[in-house]
Amino acid sequence: MPTGVDADLMQHMFATMHLIRTFEERAAEEYMRGNIGGFLHLAIGEEAAVVGSVLGLRPADPITSTYREHGQALARGSDPRRVMAELFGRATGLCNGRGGSMHLMDREHNFFGGYAIVGGSIPLAVGLGFAISYRHEDGVALVMFGDGATNQGVLTESLNMAKLWNLPVIFFCLNNQYGMGTAVDRASAETELFKRADAFDIPSRRVDGMDVLAVHQAVTDAAHHARNAQEPSMIEAIAYRYRGHSMSDPDRTRPEEEKARWHARDPLITFERVLLGEGMVTADALTAIRERNAATVEDAVAFANDSPPVAESSLADNLYSQPWTDAPRGSALMPQVRR
Amino acid sequence: MTTEAAPATSISYREALTQAMREELERDPNVFLMGEDIGLFEGSFKVTRGLLREFGASRVVDTPISEAGFVGLGVGAAMSGLRPVIELMTVNFAIVAMDQIVNNASKVRYMFGGQVTVPLVIRMPGGAGHQLGAQHSHSLEAWFTHIPGLKVACPSTPYDAKGLLKTAIRDDDPVIFLENEGLYAKKGPVGGPDDLVPFGQAVVRRPGAHCTIIAVSRMVWVALTAADALAAEGIECEVVDPRTTRPLDLQTIADSVRRTNHCVVVDEGWPECGLAANIATHVYEACFDWLDAPIVRVNAADVPMPYARNLEQSALPRPDDVAAAVRATLAREA
Repeated sequence: MPTGVDADLMQHMFATMHLIRTFEERAAEEYMRGNIGGFLHLAIGEEAAVVGSVLGLRPADPITSTYREHGQALARGSDPRRVMAELFGRATGLCNGRGGSMHLMDREHNFFGGYAIVGGSIPLAVGLGFAISYRHEDGVALVMFGDGATNQGVLTESLNMAKLWNLPVIFFCLNNQYGMGTAVDRASAETELFKRADAFDIPSRRVDGMDVLAVHQAVTDAAHHARNAQEPSMIEAIAYRYRGHSMSDPDRTRPEEEKARWHARDPLITFERVLLGEGMVTADALTAIRERNAATVEDAVAFANDSPPVAESSLADNLYSQPWTDAPRGSALMPQVRR
Repeated sequence: MTTEAAPATSISYREALTQAMREELERDPNVFLMGEDIGLFEGSFKVTRGLLREFGASRVVDTPISEAGFVGLGVGAAMSGLRPVIELMTVNFAIVAMDQIVNNASKVRYMFGGQVTVPLVIRMPGGAGHQLGAQHSHSLEAWFTHIPGLKVACPSTPYDAKGLLKTAIRDDDPVIFLENEGLYAKKGPVGGPDDLVPFGQAVVRRPGAHCTIIAVSRMVWVALTAADALAAEGIECEVVDPRTTRPLDLQTIADSVRRTNHCVVVDEGWPECGLAANIATHVYEACFDWLDAPIVRVNAADVPMPYARNLEQSALPRPDDVAAAVRATLAREA
């Protein structure tokens, strides 16, 4: 068994992966019903990479993610009710209906948000790592980004600064093999993406992103290294998203044979086999987890449905740290929001 | 004001900025400086002179040439409670970092429902006039003023440079702090360690009854020179310096225009969708019934900045252009 992983943690991993799967399948239904607007990017198929990485950290370690981040929030312990309410655009959502699916944040759980410009959140995580280092704390910042982000210049800038200043940052590339519809080998001259770190002498490795234990071990090791050696690292987790890029992508370009091959390695099914095979959990316990998650998600949907809409009078709330009326004098740009 | 001799205690705009940062570094351990060549080299314009020696490399951080990277780093550090003061060598390099400024710095507080603040200052000089060519001569006040979630300060005097920068550093929101290359050597008095200049308070630099000239940053001095020349013709101009363009103190501006019934707006940026255009619109909305003639804008020419000295000078707003604009608006009612 990997270091520090006991039966309780393994059950928790399974339960969290299953919660994310259940939550997102239900979110897709609510999207089709028109209860969720905008973009909805699902991480179904990627749960092992999501859960393994989040649970490999301490709760105090800050995380940033992409617009495909429901799983990070749930794995961090965000209330599924408030996550679903945010997807519904309600006042009770994590971000009071300001963020939506792509912009979840849960500061209480040190989840520093989902960002929707590919690569754009990477330097933010370097800044979170910088703050840890500046204050001589022993935290680690993890930034989750996709394979597509490795071709944004800001990753290069961030890797360089993190190594130059010995910052405790884990660059976690969740390589789901497609940047929207473009396969990695059509976008990247070097398809072993973890090698990007070599140019900065940053330790890096590739792991099976469909194996929650492998991902968890890699992140645990990287976090230990960051805390003790004050050095960043990079992990590339190879996974596969079952759905199209977002709900508006009919997913017609990926080969059916390829999809079938990855479905056969489903992270929930394979992990369930491990758990049962090693006697870590009983079939009854797994059934109880499934039933509990189904009830949790139904409750979350009901909560979101019953939540009040966001008051239009709150439109300008939180634009600045002081209410507009505190602006020193009559000011054209502060007190009112122009429609 | 233009004719007064500078008091003996006056210091340069550059030194005023250094003083503000030194005082705030001493006052708050969460404040740190970061930028290209700001430490060992003491800044491209020497605004950070001496600060590395005084505060050490952990608080005065030299960066690689990675504007998007270290501006983004500043946003992240600010989200976790530090108070970064980022120097961009010039406003021209902010263009490389616009994703971080517009998509992250300005938005995270609102977009995440107020769960985080971004107490970040991004300092940078702008402006033209030194034959630096098309890529090194921008005035982008309008770009930043356009963005909700940012605050934008444009000091024109050493006093305001110090007082506004201290306000910016203590402010909990992201502030774009636009200095001007042509003002660094300008001398004047400054306030003490607790003399802050609040955002959203314009100042009347020169009173006058005939025409209001609203001018920003270095253009304040261009406007004052024009006002001196016009005074010799018997035309008295009131020069209003907004000091911050977001928030904009429309009250002081409108009070002035309602007295003079004429208005000229001067800004060093381009005319289309520009700062002067925006201020003029606010004045029309607030003062239409008081205006005796259309507002006249004075902007840089609508071309990339040319290198040749005479061409560059002709592309920039000069005192003669401002004076001509004032005469034009006053002539309309005759």
